[in-house]
Amino acid sequence: MEATALSFFIACVTAAGFGIAIAAFGCGIGQGLGLRSAVEGIARNPESSGKVTVTLLIGLAMIESLCIYALVVALILIYAHPQAAAIAGLLGH
Amino acid sequence: MEHPYLFFVKLFELIGLAHFAHAYPHVIYSWIVMAILIVFGYLAAKAVTLIPSKGQNFFEILISGLEEFAVGVTGEEGRWLFPIVGTVFIYIATCNLIGLVPGFYPPTASLNTTLSCALVVVIYTHVIGIKYHGAKYIKHFLGPVWWMIPIILPIELIGHLARILSLSFRLFGNMMGHELVLGILFFLAGAFFAPLPIMALGIFVALVQAFVFFLLSIMYFTGAMEHAH
Repeated sequence: MEATALSFFIACVTAAGFGIAIAAFGCGIGQGLGLRSAVEGIARNPESSGKVTVTLLIGLAMIESLCIYALVVALILIYAHPQAAAIAGLLGH
Repeated sequence: MEHPYLFFVKLFELIGLAHFAHAYPHVIYSWIVMAILIVFGYLAAKAVTLIPSKGQNFFEILISGLEEFAVGVTGEEGRWLFPIVGTVFIYIATCNLIGLVPGFYPPTASLNTTLSCALVVVIYTHVIGIKYHGAKYIKHFLGPVWWMIPIILPIELIGHLARILSLSFRLFGNMMGHELVLGILFFLAGAFFAPLPIMALGIFVALVQAFVFFLLSIMYFTGAMEHAH
């Protein structure tokens, strides 16, 4: 029983690590594409720099929130999954 | 990771409410934010003059800037909605920012606070929709043609529930992530000022997340007020 609980915990932590890594990868690409278009827009038309910057920041916050959802799932896997009490007892806290 | 040291929690321990203080630090710190906002608002509005004093000037710039931005998104008919979204912005920005003071815990780092703000905004969206359109508000959920209703209606309902989830989780995740990174950096290298760049990023994130919540609230209100496609 303890061995299966421990192996379940190891699987959860591994999944959390890979999950957040893949989410950060996708988020980086998405925000990079957005940033590229914003900088191109400013380069074409420096007067629009204020509006473009505001729109860019709002867009980056939206894309960032997808990565944050993945972070919350990873945190749930590590700290708050249903077996948490059994695991904590196992590891002697 | 050691338990963080929170001033007001220690204060409550002194008066004997230790269990309440340890279980609900976000409630205590939201009271602190409320006290700060009420005191500053009262002081700034006490003697409103034509040539503004510093406090009055600060609040005038803040509120007029927010109101012009909000009316720019919703149109002139949305001006009456400004008090609630302005309050949401100022409250969330202050909650996020007091987390940067050592010994304080940001109330928005708990899912309870962010979920409450998100629920207020989304339920108010439906109140506005019913107020503007009456029973015809249901047309917003039914799509353009009648034979697509079985597909479109569940998608729209799930979309509305997802708004609550996304609003609350975005703010909660940003603030909780910031607190976790700070805690880990303190644990790893606290004596070498390692968390300072993260705190600088934290100021930026605090204001941007409050603004994003504000902007999304306005956009949801606008979507409820306009005619269905």
